[in-house]
Amino acid sequence: MSGRRIVVTSGKGGVGKTTTTANLGATLAKRGHRVILIDADIGLRNLDLVLGLEKRIVFDIVEVVEGRCQLRQALIKDKRFGELLSILPAAQTRDKDAITEEQFAEIVKQAAELADYVFIDCPAGIEAGFRNAIAGADEAIIVTTPEVSAIRDADRVIGKVTEKNLPVRLIVNRLRPEMVRTGDMLSVEDVCEILSAELIGVVPDDEEVIDTTNRGEPIVLGEANKLKVVYEKIARRLEGELVPFTNFDNQGFFGRLLGVLKAG
Amino acid sequence: MHEVQPEPVPVTQTPKRGRAIVITSGKGGVGKTTTTANLGHALAARGCSVALIDADVGLRNLDIVLGLESRVKHHVLDVLEGKVELEEALVRDKHNENLVLLAAAQTREKDEVDTEKMKALVEQMRERFDYVIIDCPAGIELGFKNAVIGADEAIVVCTPEVSAVRDVDRVVGLLGNRFRPQLIVNRLRPALVKKGKMLSVEDVNAILRLPLLGVIADEPEIIITTNRGEPIALRRDGATASAYHAIAARIAGDDVPAPTVETKETSFFGKLGAIFGGSKA
Amino acid sequence: MIDWVRKFFAPTTSSQTAKERLRLVLMTDHLSLAPEMIEQMKRDFIDVIAKYVEVDRDKIEINFEQQDKALAMLANVPILAVNRNSGGGDGGSKKEEPKATEVANALPRRKRRKKSTVAPSTASPAPAG
Repeated sequence: MSGRRIVVTSGKGGVGKTTTTANLGATLAKRGHRVILIDADIGLRNLDLVLGLEKRIVFDIVEVVEGRCQLRQALIKDKRFGELLSILPAAQTRDKDAITEEQFAEIVKQAAELADYVFIDCPAGIEAGFRNAIAGADEAIIVTTPEVSAIRDADRVIGKVTEKNLPVRLIVNRLRPEMVRTGDMLSVEDVCEILSAELIGVVPDDEEVIDTTNRGEPIVLGEANKLKVVYEKIARRLEGELVPFTNFDNQGFFGRLLGVLKAG
Repeated sequence: MHEVQPEPVPVTQTPKRGRAIVITSGKGGVGKTTTTANLGHALAARGCSVALIDADVGLRNLDIVLGLESRVKHHVLDVLEGKVELEEALVRDKHNENLVLLAAAQTREKDEVDTEKMKALVEQMRERFDYVIIDCPAGIELGFKNAVIGADEAIVVCTPEVSAVRDVDRVVGLLGNRFRPQLIVNRLRPALVKKGKMLSVEDVNAILRLPLLGVIADEPEIIITTNRGEPIALRRDGATASAYHAIAARIAGDDVPAPTVETKETSFFGKLGAIFGGSKA
Repeated sequence: MIDWVRKFFAPTTSSQTAKERLRLVLMTDHLSLAPEMIEQMKRDFIDVIAKYVEVDRDKIEINFEQQDKALAMLANVPILAVNRNSGGGDGGSKKEEPKATEVANALPRRKRRKKSTVAPSTASPAPAG
């Protein structure tokens, strides 16, 4: 039985696609699923770095396509997850024309034979790299931050992805509840209303993420923290469970009362 | 705190010919568009005539960051394809008439841009403006090449994160000998740097080794100003606005003290060296 | 009254501004992404007008413009003649000389770009660049 093939995309760069792919993949692996993460950002690879696997790269996706190695040889198993999490790195010194959409789709198909979940970490933009990344997918997760440019780009990408008939789900990343409260940041409700997409996760901004990326350790491997819980919930929703969203805005009764007065 | 002296940068302008500067990074989301908008305003505030070009065909955002999205009627491709004159396509800024925007096409593709025509357009604009600043898209493909083609100066924007540093390093390599890029470190969080949880400017520049043009701290205010479409450099005070004005001054050749950097006790330098030394080329 | 009080005491937050701007910009983006839909809409629109008056189809211009806080469709439709036997409207009060008709949402007038319409006279203020 073939695994699910999910592209993680956004349009806008820097909103957290790679971090999301890494942490979501790691969470699902921790929950016992076989997961393969594919870095589709040929020329600017970063998935390996975020997982701390950069020193273990031997082969990359282009070499698999060119037949210089088998897919299994190129997959890097992340030992922290037993046999359950592997990544297929991008090539660093090639460009996105090195692979066609058909070739990419074929790789994803092969990977899906080896895993329950295949995540494709999409590059920024809507050009060849993006087209390759969605070529192999049958579902899409759109990552956006609650900021104007990111939402505009996400909207464009949602359009492109729905043209290909891929079901779309949304993750709102880097939410800052305190800024939402003061009206300085769009709320999750605002974002969902503007984009009309099904929400699958809300990830608050967390300075620990930078630190864990520096160290190449997905945050979900650490001790209990807010983000770990959030990614768990996203994983469960992906598995099909109905999980209520965490209310980051929870200030208790008094806070809610003040909120009511402000809203009039 | 100690100061890092930037290397002197030769001014490449010849009489009556403006400077063409591309703002690039490789990695997306580090602040190229925000930097383009704010630098544009900072230079315009000094009385220079400035044209900003959004080279992100298909995913334009310079217009919305500047608050000019409702005024854009034509875009670069309309000009390159001869559908309108350049003059008609330029959008004058709401706040400063020295500043104009040439927007990207939203519903076209990057490969529709003719590289040679793009180069000619930038040349043409240099004859009219003191500064032509090109906002480069993320990535290193055709969009990048088209953004770079008309420029003869480059500013790379980097955040103090390993992925961004790696991407900028790649971009600097691709820019080649034609450019001597200068570096802006964006979204620094000094508190995190002190705790050893974020790379310092020194860490970043130990790898990149570029003349440092400016350092901008992470400020929630940027989100607010983008919400409103009122770039922060419209202000005269505040750390971020001042940083952009200082950058503009340095670009213009003023004698401005070097950007100050925070030193940090625990260095990531060793680890960074290992990453870049050990990774497959 | 309550609305006025609310606005006075609670100035627009930047997130409200952002939401509004996004709404408008995405409408514009979506329109530019659907050229076939727009062409069909224009054809249907012209067909309806043509039921009542004779129009110069080659000279019709239909554009979308952002006006203040709304997106407006502006149509410039040169009318060549009014069909005496036209089915609708108040036929008697229509003048017979050709004129341009401006159709827009009810919003304050704005200067429009100069257009090369060849309508002999215009009833509305001359479009300006």
